Amino acid sequence: MTESIAIRLRGLSRHFGDVVAVDRVDLDVVDGEFLTLLGPSGSGKTTVLRMIAGFERPDAGSIELAGVDVTQVPPYGRDVNTVFQDYALFPHMSVLENVEYGLRVKKVPKVERADRARAALDSVRLSGYEERSPSQLSGGQRQRVALARALVNRPKVLLLDEPLGALDLKLREQMQVELKEIQREVGITFVFVTHDQDEALTMSDRIAVFNNGRIEQLGTPTDVYEHPATAFVAGFVGTSNLLDPAAAQLVLGRSGTWSVRPEKILVHVGDAPVPDGHHRLNGTVREVVYVGMSTRFVVDLATGGSLMAVRQNTDASHDLSHLRGQTVCLSWDPQYEYQVADPT
Amino acid sequence: MTTAVVAPPKGGFGYRHPRARLAALLGAPMAWLIVVYLGSLAALFLTAFWTVDGFTGALVRTFTLENFVDVFTTPAYLQVMARTIGIALAVTVLCLVLAVPLAYFMARVASKRWQPLLVAMILTPLWASYLVKVYAWRAMLSPESGVVAWFMSPFGLGGPGFGLLSIVITLTYLWLPYMILPVYAGFSRLPDSMLDASADLGAKSWRTFRSVVVPLIFPSIVAGSIFTFSLSLGDYITAQIVGGKVQMLGNVVQQNYVTNLPFAAAFATIPVIIVLIYLAAVRRSGALENL
Repeated sequence: MTESIAIRLRGLSRHFGDVVAVDRVDLDVVDGEFLTLLGPSGSGKTTVLRMIAGFERPDAGSIELAGVDVTQVPPYGRDVNTVFQDYALFPHMSVLENVEYGLRVKKVPKVERADRARAALDSVRLSGYEERSPSQLSGGQRQRVALARALVNRPKVLLLDEPLGALDLKLREQMQVELKEIQREVGITFVFVTHDQDEALTMSDRIAVFNNGRIEQLGTPTDVYEHPATAFVAGFVGTSNLLDPAAAQLVLGRSGTWSVRPEKILVHVGDAPVPDGHHRLNGTVREVVYVGMSTRFVVDLATGGSLMAVRQNTDASHDLSHLRGQTVCLSWDPQYEYQVADPT
Repeated sequence: MTTAVVAPPKGGFGYRHPRARLAALLGAPMAWLIVVYLGSLAALFLTAFWTVDGFTGALVRTFTLENFVDVFTTPAYLQVMARTIGIALAVTVLCLVLAVPLAYFMARVASKRWQPLLVAMILTPLWASYLVKVYAWRAMLSPESGVVAWFMSPFGLGGPGFGLLSIVITLTYLWLPYMILPVYAGFSRLPDSMLDASADLGAKSWRTFRSVVVPLIFPSIVAGSIFTFSLSLGDYITAQIVGGKVQMLGNVVQQNYVTNLPFAAAFATIPVIIVLIYLAAVRRSGALENL
């Protein structure tokens, strides 16, 4: 392997009282990649991030940054910077002073300090806000100041702890694109923590899905979405139809737990032809939910159980609510069904 | 088909007359504040401009600045003034030095379970009588038999005896809780992420303390210092009990109010003015928002 490793975690563990927050995590973060730690709250993703930053000390295991063991190094000795969930801007300092803080601590000469801080503010499109106080800024602007304050130090790794959590949907989507752009420009390794699977899928080079303090799956967004390794990943990333071993045996004639994404399932009404080679099932439509760009169907299967299917609303005038209660045929290409590890 | 129309309930008197409601809420406290509180202060100011007939000892109700001229031109009085301000400052600084680490421990080191208990422990001395506490210190500071003298004797030192130092020690003891509580509140309000962020940006503990912690708890420190400073400034009983011959502002007032009430009043306005100047200075720091 030629690519160098920015962060290497080995056997990292952390307990809080009786609770195991992080359980023997191994992880290699490649230099320059955008890695997302995705998981529900309490899954240990933030604790892992805080241990990389040095705010929490691991009970066991080691942390290497660029090949150097920093497990015992305090936060101020690590070449990483953090964007906090609540931004943690210093309220008694102006925007410029906030951004300059790290450089001032490192005794960077005054002129260079101001130049770099202004350039950083410029890169997050906040020129002209230098003298404002953080309390005069909107949530999105504060978020960008926090980003500039971290980036101005040119760290090897930038850690982001759910930085978009407090923003409204539109702003969040806009910041997702911007963050990704900034990451490409500066070429710094980003480790991004979120519980939002859309965010993870949109931004990441790779995703580490956390559950109960462990990594359930590590892979590219396509990997994680199309080939979830476990039932948990299948359920947490996107919506999915889980067929327990009994149902799988009955419907697919296969053993083990299987899953099919709702958008891979076609809904056929009446005598509409079903493509060759598809697995097919008959059922009754229980629910039709219009969600704007698509329509969601919940179909009770003749063989018992139910499946969810999604159809894109390519046809504007198409109101499908009349299908409720009707008998339909569901089908999908067998290549889209995948086996997942048993939940137990 | 008939449907019974039920009238929605009408708002009560207070709902229809918001001003009356406000008057009911604030009537009693405002009356107290204006008549008793500000009234006595006004009486004090007014009296300060009167004099006493030197022969009969009767009040002469004519306006004169004589008392103030007296106060500000007599070296002994100026000395008392300077000493009192010095004592109040020393007490404030001592309280600060003791309160900051203690409050830091209470708010950020001690576990959540212990915090209420620690606060209660800080408050307990306030339940005891002021006089009892000062007399307890008199006993402890007593040059011959006091605990302090006994502790110092192995080092070949005596106790501080009754005087300036004892006043400062006793006042520091008395007013310390008033400094600890606001500083504790300030530390509690300080978000953890603020300290993390500073460390993350390369600052070691001392730098974080200087550049982030102190500026953020400064308003709380000022709030505490208003208590310790003004309470020390007005005290005279402690000086009487453990101060030996040392006099503070209050002692001068106390000695004069029977024989020369206008002069005592003029002298008593001085701490009021000093505190007002202090408050004006403090206002600029934004600390009053934290009281």
